[in-house]
This record gives sequence, C-alpha cells and structure tokens, in this order.
Amino acid sequence: MSETQHINASELFGVIFQAKEQEGFSLLLDITAIDNLDKSHPTSTRFELVYILRHEDFKTLKIFKVSLADPLEGVESITSIYTSAEWAEREVYDQYGIHFKHHNTLKRILNHNEFEGHPLRKDYIITQGQYCTTSQDLMDEMQPLLEARCLDMKEDDLMIVNLGPSHPASHGTIRTLAALDGETIVAAAAEIGYLHRGFEKSCENHNYNQIIPYTDRLNYCSALMNNIAFSKTVEEMLEITLPDRGIFIRVILSELSRVIDHLVCLAAGLLDMGGQTNYWYLFNPRNNAYDFLSKLTGARLTNSYMRIGGMTHDLYEGWQDDLTDVLAKIDQGITDSLKMITHNRIYNDRIQNVSPVSADEALQYGFTGPNLRASGVAYDLRFSDPYYYYDTFDFQMVVGSVGDTYDRMMVRFDEMHESMKIIKQAMEQIPDGAINVSDKRIVMPSKDDVYGGIEGMMNQFKLVIDGVKVPKGEHYGAFEAANGELGFYIVSDGSGTPYKVKVRPPSFYHMAAYPKIIENYQVADAIMTLGSLNIIAGEMDR
Amino acid sequence: MDVSNAHLLDDAVVTTTLDAVVTWGREASLWPFVFGTACCAIEFMATAASRYDISRFGAEVLRFSPRHADLLVVAGTVSYKQAPILKQIYDQMPEPKWVVAVGACASTGGFYDNYTTLQGIDEIVPVDVYVAGCPPRPEAILDAVISIQKQLKEEPKFTLRHQEFKSKLDNV
Repeated sequence: MSETQHINASELFGVIFQAKEQEGFSLLLDITAIDNLDKSHPTSTRFELVYILRHEDFKTLKIFKVSLADPLEGVESITSIYTSAEWAEREVYDQYGIHFKHHNTLKRILNHNEFEGHPLRKDYIITQGQYCTTSQDLMDEMQPLLEARCLDMKEDDLMIVNLGPSHPASHGTIRTLAALDGETIVAAAAEIGYLHRGFEKSCENHNYNQIIPYTDRLNYCSALMNNIAFSKTVEEMLEITLPDRGIFIRVILSELSRVIDHLVCLAAGLLDMGGQTNYWYLFNPRNNAYDFLSKLTGARLTNSYMRIGGMTHDLYEGWQDDLTDVLAKIDQGITDSLKMITHNRIYNDRIQNVSPVSADEALQYGFTGPNLRASGVAYDLRFSDPYYYYDTFDFQMVVGSVGDTYDRMMVRFDEMHESMKIIKQAMEQIPDGAINVSDKRIVMPSKDDVYGGIEGMMNQFKLVIDGVKVPKGEHYGAFEAANGELGFYIVSDGSGTPYKVKVRPPSFYHMAAYPKIIENYQVADAIMTLGSLNIIAGEMDR
Repeated sequence: MDVSNAHLLDDAVVTTTLDAVVTWGREASLWPFVFGTACCAIEFMATAASRYDISRFGAEVLRFSPRHADLLVVAGTVSYKQAPILKQIYDQMPEPKWVVAVGACASTGGFYDNYTTLQGIDEIVPVDVYVAGCPPRPEAILDAVISIQKQLKEEPKFTLRHQEFKSKLDNV
C-alpha cells in the first residue's frame, strides 16, 4: 500500500514531522530527487524531491513529493526528525545539487571532494570523469564532534587513527576516522563513495533488461536477489505476475542467496576476530552453492539470471539432488561453526553488549533487515507485506533482544536455518509449467520462432533495440533482501529506458549509523561491529 | 686451492647462477597485497580459501601492509576517488613488485563507462598481468599468479622495472 502526496516546499518540515509523530511513519526509507530537464517529461519545476516513509505497521508506505523552484534555496532539512536523513540529504545534495537548510554537514558523500557539477542532473554527461588527486583529512567532520563532547586533541591527549579505505578489516572500501582516548573511540567519522560506480546514471542510458547485470553488482554477495528485486519492481509497474513455477524458482534462489550472503558475512566477521577455522567451515559450503549456481546460470557470483517477466531458462534436470546436497553441506558447515563458538567464552565476551542499538535508535538510523531485527523490531517484508507466496511457507522471523554485535551475528545464523526451511518446502511444492509470462511485448520469443519466421524475428529485434516498454509513472518496489529492505524507485516516461532509477540500499543507512554506534567502544570492537553490520560497498556506494 | 678433496663435500654444494637462485626464491614466495574493492575481492577470498588454495603456488602470505608485499592484486572497480590511494599503495611497495589487474573493471573500467570509474588501472600504475572476467573465476586468478611466476623468470633480476611508465597522477 502506498500513497503519494504532493506538498509545498515551505510545509515540508511540518508535514513530515506530523507524519512521524502523529501518524506513526517511523521509518524514513529514502530521499531522492528527480531532474525534469528532459522535455519528454514536462513538469512545472525542474527538480522534485521524493521522500519515502514507512509506517510502523511496516506495510503502509507514504511518498511525499515536493516541487522545487530553486535548488540553491532548497528545502528545510529533516535531520532533526530522522537521523537517517543526514546521509540521505547529503547524497541528494551531491548528486543533484539541492540545498538543505540547517543541515550540519552538507557536503559531498559519494563523489570525491574535487568533483565539479552534479552527476545525476540530466545535463551532466555520463562519461565525463574527473580525476581526483587528494584525499580529505575529514577533520572538518571530526572537529565539531570533538567540540560537542568538550574534548580537545592536545589537552585530552587524543590520538587520531585512520582505518581504511584500504584496510583488511574495512570489508572493501570504507574509511573510518576515529579519535582515540587510549584504546577507546571517543568520536568517529566515516567516509564512503570509494566504490561509487554510477549505477543510477548508467540506468538512465540502458534499457530495463540491460540493467539486470548492473543490479548483480550492487550486493555482489547475493546477486540473484538484486536481479529479482529489480525485475519484481518493473513487473509491478507492468502489472504482470509470473507463473507459479517462475515465482517458486525466484523464492528458492532468493533464499539460497540470503544464505550465501549471511555465510560470507559470518565467515568474514569470525575471521576478523581470529576464528580462522570458522572461515573455512562457512566459506567452503558457499563454494558448493556456487557450483550449483554456475551449473544453473553459468556464473558463480554475478548471475544475471532474471529477466523482466521471468528468467532466461528453466531449472536443469536433476537440480533437486544438487540443491539437496548443497543444503546438507551448508547445514554441516553451520553446525561445525556453531559448535566452536556457541559456548566459546572468547567469542561471547568479545561481542556481547558491544555497540548495542536500541529499537528506537535502529528505526531512527533507518536500519532494516537482520540488523533491525537484532534490535528487537519484528520487521520483515516477507511477513508484513508478503509477496511470492511467503505467507504460505512455514518459517519464523528471527528477532534479537539487545541489538549488539552478538545479536546481529546470531540472527544471521538462525535466519540461514529459516531460509533453508523455505527452500526445502519450495522444492517440494514447486509446480510444473511456464516460468515466464506469455506476453510478446515483454519476453523474448523462442529461438525457433526467431529463426523460423519474420514475426518472431521482428519481435526479437524490437525487444533488443527498444527494450520492454514500461507504462509512464513512478513506483517504489521493496524487497526483503539479505541485508534489509532493498527498494527501487523507478520513474518511467513510457519508453524502454527508465527516466530515473534510485536504489534504496540497506547498507547505506547501516553505515551512516556506524560511526555513532562504535563510540565508547574499543577499536577491536569497532572491527567486529563493522563485520556484524555486513556493509557491502557495492550496494552502499552504488 | 687443492681440489682433490672436493668429492668429500658430495652434494652439499650446488653450483648455480645468482639469477637462478633469486628467481627460485621470488617465484615461490610472492606476497600479495590485495587491493580488494568489489565483487572480484569476494572471488579472491574464494581463491585464498581451502578449495582453490593459493598457497599451492606459494602466494598465501597475504600482507595488508604494502611494505611487506611484492604482488599488488587489484581486485575490483577502482573509482577516480580511489585512484590516489591505489597510487600511494603502489608507491609504498618496495621493488621488485608486480601488479595484477583482476577483472574487467580493473583492466578497462568494465561496463562502468561513466563519470565515476577509472577506465583501467594502467592509467595509474603499470600492470603486468590482466585477468579477464566479471568477476574472473578463482582458477583465472591462480593463472595470473602462475603468469607472474613465469614472467619473473625472464626478467632482468637487478634492474628497476617500468621506469618509463607515466602515471596520470604523476604531476599533481
């Protein structure tokens, strides 16, 4: 359920304040903008801001749209209502050059500090790269943090430590600057954008099916899920539903991806902690899962198996045996790993009560997925707004209590069991039949038709050249991905290429909270906390 | 010198050339620095894990300090924002050093032909081996290690390599 409401820039703050405090829209999902410069998409003002909120029933969505006359004048910042707006507004400023009044640190976030212009504006040429020569020292962010805590570098004998962006425990390309008092972090700032690969701009010059390989590389630990989430959103705009067999294949592969994603997170997290054996136990069954996926899709990691309206081909003969074997191996790996850590004092003492996030804070930060559930908030789209027959499967939502690093890791361990339960049920229930919708405007004709007749050949030609034409409109589609709510906000002008695509990446919001939650803990704890949040840079920076 | 007693040493003495000894040492102990940024880094993790086991080729001592490493493995997309960091790490590595560009992005920018992505790391650092794939399979990464081992046999042992290389970030 979603409702779009147009409001004036001047009343924005009040309306959003009321939506949160009185109507119960406790989760700010995303903020983005639309540049209406292209004449095919005429409106009264060039820029529009889009605010996407989710109700605390975790089902209802509300989208506020604000027309913006002057990007330099901008709108009032809503960071005092939602903490998660801090980075979201910075991103809109960086990508579109829209100003937010009374925002404390309105500076670039994805692009580098020497970058000129705003790349998601329609008049920015996509290939216009700009070399970066220096790094920021981040003291512009650190200094106010220290002042707010009445600390002084010299007087309090603090030390600045820079972790990343190239650091073994930074899981990719994340930079954290920490001010230390002894071993304790007293203030921290994070810098992201090192893996900003222009996903959203690239979407604007590719057709819908061409975007699927790009979605693979958002969260590359569970690529298939991104494929499915994107296809599902476009299919919702086309108002089509897959045949049951197609849906079941998607469920099986989604849940397998969730397991793989959690395996990588836990294997790497435990490795950071020194538990190297766990890394072998958890990583090797993942290779078995990749063997299955490469047999099915031709690729280990970046599968691109989905298409708008279905998928490239059906499951191969004998897939059940392979998948059953994979599940048994994963189960064995998890059991072996848990044997070593469940009653292990080093494991428990090191991560229990480290960086706890309360339920309220987690919502403020915009947490979703396992990280939010670890804090005790029972939010899972598969339960609150079920799609793909999730309401018919017998599985449970895993919820933590404290929201500390321990909970975040253990929720993932238990979720893998639940996902495997779903896979087993889906394997039993999967029906025969078609996997794709039967609509020539959406799905490619069979090769026999293409080579056997002019109609089939033209059909293929039109689909390749023009792409799938999506009706004019705007839509936000949400999906319970391995890391949380993965959303796509798509604006279509009726052609085969999206006018705009915005990803709502769960990791972006988890990372925004990271410098805050590691405060008052030690550097060694911060490494574990980062591992437990499972930040995937491809998805965070896009 | 009296050589009549040389037979007493038996095979305790091996005669060889200095070059051969150096090559032997280098090829079996490449220490990689993994500049892992994206999807390819996940495949590198698989390469290092037990199934593919990079230690079979003597390259399992992953170092996360450039001062300890002689093989720079750039696994993943390098953005313009990341480029100065890559260059700094390369410059910090002691000679002799080799560079592997793992995957399409590191080699050419891949399908990220846009405002964010460096169109190949060879604009910034000299590359010895390119690995195709998006991401390459672990076998392909192992093949790159073997290629470096073959390559270093042919190279002069005591001269600096790539002196003529000009980096786009040299004069800034």
